[in-house]
Amino acid sequence: MKALAIKDLRKTYRNGHEALRGIDLEVEEGDFFALLGPNGAGKSTAIGIISSLVNKTAGQVSVFGHDLDRDPSAVKACIGLVPQEFNFNQFEPVVEIVVNQAGYYGIPRREAYRRAEASLRQLDLWGKKDVQARELSGGMKRRLMIARALVHDPRLLILDEPTAGVDIEIRRSMWDFLREINLGGTTIILTTHYLEEAENLCRHIAIINHGRIAERAKMTELLRRLHTETFVLDVRDELSEPPLIPGFSIQLRDSTTLEVAVTRASGLTPLFAALGERRIEVLSLRNKQNRLEQLFIDMVKGGGEAGGRAQ
Amino acid sequence: MTAVPVYWVAFKTILTKEILRFTRIWVQTVLPPAITMALYFVIFGKLIGSQIGDMEGFRYIDFIVPGLILMSVISNSYANVVSSFYSSKFQHNIEELLIAPLPNFIILAGYVSGGVARGVTVGVVVTAVSSFFTDLNIHSYGVTLAVFVLTSVLFSTAGFINAVYANSFDDISIVPTFVLTPLTYLGGVFYSISMLPTFWQQVSLVNPVLYMVNAFRYGLLGVSDIAMWQAFAIILGFIVALAAFAMWLLARGVGIKS
Repeated sequence: MKALAIKDLRKTYRNGHEALRGIDLEVEEGDFFALLGPNGAGKSTAIGIISSLVNKTAGQVSVFGHDLDRDPSAVKACIGLVPQEFNFNQFEPVVEIVVNQAGYYGIPRREAYRRAEASLRQLDLWGKKDVQARELSGGMKRRLMIARALVHDPRLLILDEPTAGVDIEIRRSMWDFLREINLGGTTIILTTHYLEEAENLCRHIAIINHGRIAERAKMTELLRRLHTETFVLDVRDELSEPPLIPGFSIQLRDSTTLEVAVTRASGLTPLFAALGERRIEVLSLRNKQNRLEQLFIDMVKGGGEAGGRAQ
Repeated sequence: MTAVPVYWVAFKTILTKEILRFTRIWVQTVLPPAITMALYFVIFGKLIGSQIGDMEGFRYIDFIVPGLILMSVISNSYANVVSSFYSSKFQHNIEELLIAPLPNFIILAGYVSGGVARGVTVGVVVTAVSSFFTDLNIHSYGVTLAVFVLTSVLFSTAGFINAVYANSFDDISIVPTFVLTPLTYLGGVFYSISMLPTFWQQVSLVNPVLYMVNAFRYGLLGVSDIAMWQAFAIILGFIVALAAFAMWLLARGVGIKS
């Protein structure tokens, strides 16, 4: 079953700005889906329309078979939303924010409180239940929005930049939590600026650019399209100039750090062989850029053409 | 769960949230009208009122009590909804309601009921304060209660519309300052319009607050410048018109959706 099906979705704001220019998108039930795009590409507008916060200009949206125009309540009941901006009453206690949200979905207060406790405990916020939301740290506020979005057990969870401004430790624990939710059967759509996040979590990906879908693919397929990757190598002995190795473009970043562009066709083995012949000992190796990031930049710059022109 | 219990739970949630909001800050919401009214009773009722003499067969302080009670009901009902709904827009937590499977009439009913809860609470407190200065004898419990609640519903709905259009905190104080206060003061709270020249009597009849104050005065004292059927027709007419307009605004998403 399709968790989300969008056909020819368009949005033109009152000031004439055309944010969406006919988007078609399908997300399968149970998927972990990344919706990426540069700032102003139309991601948040698309999410706003799906979750009834923005009026569409044209097109169709259906969630688990429920049409947004014909049965908006059924669509809303299926969705949990974690928006980009904090959108709770900063002066309300944490537990009330979650309990009230459950109430808006028709969950009676006693049951709502039980669910709020479970949800807040899962996200390690139960200890803060009576604290006013404004007193929470940025990471806690993000987790509060996730707890709130999950309190009515949505079948589709939409997260718009859920880990923005969150430190790496909390981000990793949030990833684990989201993976767990997804394994439990909840379909997840995620937008993020941390492409490492999308690469780690998501199975499918769509890239929006200038209000259109520039790419829609399996994450593994997309990464295979990356023809060239740049690696950073730390070497033991100081070098005065980069080694000349046929087939590889090598730059000396500083006396003990090399940057090497490696094509998918050549791979790393000949590089290491050639470095070994020159008695250059490699201490460590890492990607200069996240692989998805490299592809993303290419696509956005190239108006949708994937990979191949990195470097 | 069927739609009716779902909607009922949602309505109760909004109402409870609204009641908690104004009771949590009772020093700002419930106490000031009690103090203001006590001052009105002391100054206009006891000090100046004793010099004025009777009005329509009642001591001046007894004559102004209904208007003063209704004045606090009007201003508090309006203020509660306009500030609460605008704050929800300002902090974006209105989105919590917009994404939930709620029909618009539940959102409107929840906020209006919150306004009525505060209007009635303040009205009861002010009535209790007034009992220290006058002997309240209720002429008609039915009329008194009906006007009390309907006036609160009317101004809560008006406050909701104001909040929908408001884009800043200035916008939520303009109407109460420049429209509501003059209408209330010129709505026969402190005088009978029979004291006015004919021309100004006719002008006063355009003011909807006059009908509410007089109907409420009839409920408490049994005297009114206006026929009761006329007063109730005006109040109910305004409620229907404002509620219909508020529903239209919600359906269009004016001020809350882009």
